[in-house]
Amino acid sequence: MNDRIPGFGTLAVHAGAQPDPTTGARATPIYQTTSFVFNDADHAASLFGLQSFGNIYTRITNPTTAVLEERVAALEGGTAALAVASGHAAQLVVFQQLLQPGDEFIASRKLYGGSINQFSHAFKSFGWNVVWADPDDVPSFERAVTDKTKAIFIESIANPAGSITDIEAVAAVARKAGVPLIVDNTLATPYLIKPIDHGADIVVHSLTKFLGGHGNSLGGIIVDAGTFDWSKGNKYPVLSEPRPEYHGIKLQETFGNFAFAIACRVLGLRDLGPALSPFNAFLIQTGIETLPLRMQRHSDNAKAVAEWLSAHPKVAAVNYSGLSDNRYHTLARKYAPKGAGAVFTFSLKGGYDAGVSLVSNLKLFSHLANVGDTRSLVIHPASTTHSQLDDEAKTRSGAGPDVVRLSVGIEDKEDLIADLEQALNA
Amino acid sequence: MNHDSYNDAYIREILNTVKTVAMVGASPQNVRPSYFVFKYLAERGYDMIPTNPGQVGKSLLGKPFVASLREIGRPIDMIDIFRSAEHVMPIVDIALTLDPLPKVVWMQLGVRHDEAAAKLEAAGIKVVMNRCPKIEYGRLSSEIQWMGVNSRTLSSKRAPIPTQGMRLSLNRSSVGGGSTAAADRVAQQNNKDKNDTA
Ligand SMILES: Cc1ncc(COP(=O)(O)O)c(C=O)c1O
Repeated sequence: MNDRIPGFGTLAVHAGAQPDPTTGARATPIYQTTSFVFNDADHAASLFGLQSFGNIYTRITNPTTAVLEERVAALEGGTAALAVASGHAAQLVVFQQLLQPGDEFIASRKLYGGSINQFSHAFKSFGWNVVWADPDDVPSFERAVTDKTKAIFIESIANPAGSITDIEAVAAVARKAGVPLIVDNTLATPYLIKPIDHGADIVVHSLTKFLGGHGNSLGGIIVDAGTFDWSKGNKYPVLSEPRPEYHGIKLQETFGNFAFAIACRVLGLRDLGPALSPFNAFLIQTGIETLPLRMQRHSDNAKAVAEWLSAHPKVAAVNYSGLSDNRYHTLARKYAPKGAGAVFTFSLKGGYDAGVSLVSNLKLFSHLANVGDTRSLVIHPASTTHSQLDDEAKTRSGAGPDVVRLSVGIEDKEDLIADLEQALNA
Repeated sequence: MNHDSYNDAYIREILNTVKTVAMVGASPQNVRPSYFVFKYLAERGYDMIPTNPGQVGKSLLGKPFVASLREIGRPIDMIDIFRSAEHVMPIVDIALTLDPLPKVVWMQLGVRHDEAAAKLEAAGIKVVMNRCPKIEYGRLSSEIQWMGVNSRTLSSKRAPIPTQGMRLSLNRSSVGGGSTAAADRVAQQNNKDKNDTA
């Protein structure tokens, strides 16, 4: 009963999980069920009215998924979390709580290409207007603030170029503007960077990547830091005003410092519907048990591969913030001292054609559109993940035509380097 | 006593020992937080007494409302105040006239009154402010985990199968306040700001 604060590795294994009360099963059972019986009509009514804790229907809560949620909340240092079907679903659910049609949010230009698409097109059709800012020029966020701004969105380590965002500087802009800072921490994971410690109010992840870690399950999660006061200035009526869906409950008043996570669940997930499958939740939480081991190995391997590439005569440039000559190296040492992650880009002197042939000559690296697998992955973003952006936007987001992106796996680094060597010489 | 953050042992001891709880400001409306908390604590075996002068003659989940703490007529272990800070002092003054004195005065989420707390503590009464006993009970038992909330507790023990009306074990090992340090820090700062402007 001591108040000892366990380390990251202990939380990665234990947080949220306990032996199953019914069977004693030590691994978390997969509660593959759509629904849960009520004790009686009164119990049903109190669950529907949010008066009791418990399960109704797997679109809203599920005991297997709940273990994943508590575990990621604990690892990030948040008050609560909500798991959903994908990283994109997490972003959709977050913004639905914050924005009314006509509102704005400010987003870093350097984001995963899919997020740039989601913000520019899908969100626009809801009347949610993105305003872009440059993460390498923090005052550009401040200049973008208007009275319609409701949130700021950045990636801690940006996909694809692996650049590091100065989270504390952007958090200061958000605080001054009175809006929450949302950080996509997918590429860093809480093992490398804990955005809440640097001022993030909401953290989102694609669990599909390093957290799940094995390339077998899509998932996303929203972590509530419990740091934002939603009742100030009546800017966030979803949280501060009576909810007609729940007979007039006020969410912040009722749920305090985890009200945002509850709003995402009982309004966002309940009504939009992107629930995570319990089986995926099981696979992802099993992956998280080894997160600290994998993430350290991923980062160490990436550094070794980046160093080797930067000495290769056919390589024009390597963009890895873990290298001491990289422009983000100072930020990497501040925010990610254990390692700069495993996703980075490099360009070849032979340009676009050399990039395409490298990808096709690799034998161990898999050519596919994902990152954060145990296996090493390679892609040419300009023709795939970022292909829908125009040339200028491609270059701005770090996905120019000569750029190849790696996601370095946990194989033996010597084998990865040998594969790159044979492919470059082929 | 530091009222910016409480260690789990303090809260656990209170929730493990109190039995009779008078809720001042209890509402019969089933969308009010006081109703949620009243119902939850009653289901977990606490002897709940709804106190609200505007509701006398009615009852809440079968328990008749009383007008004032003075009219309860039996010892109360804990007073749970569901009134905003400006109404706290008169309630505390009545509490201090009770014989025997209550063991605990608990002020709900969003309610903080340092002067009232000091007065109570001088009389040997434990104080909790700006917390919800339902949330704390759910957290320490880890029942709140159903909602994805970080309980900040760990256990490798098999818990009994929860049934309706059962009191849950609150004796899991605590992860300390550390894992939600950011939220605690902000709460502390907000309270400081409030006092500075007051
Ligand atoms: C940084 C980042 N955020 C979000 C996403 C979207 O996640 P998902 O594919 O799980 O929807 C991705 C996917 O590549 C990503 O890399």
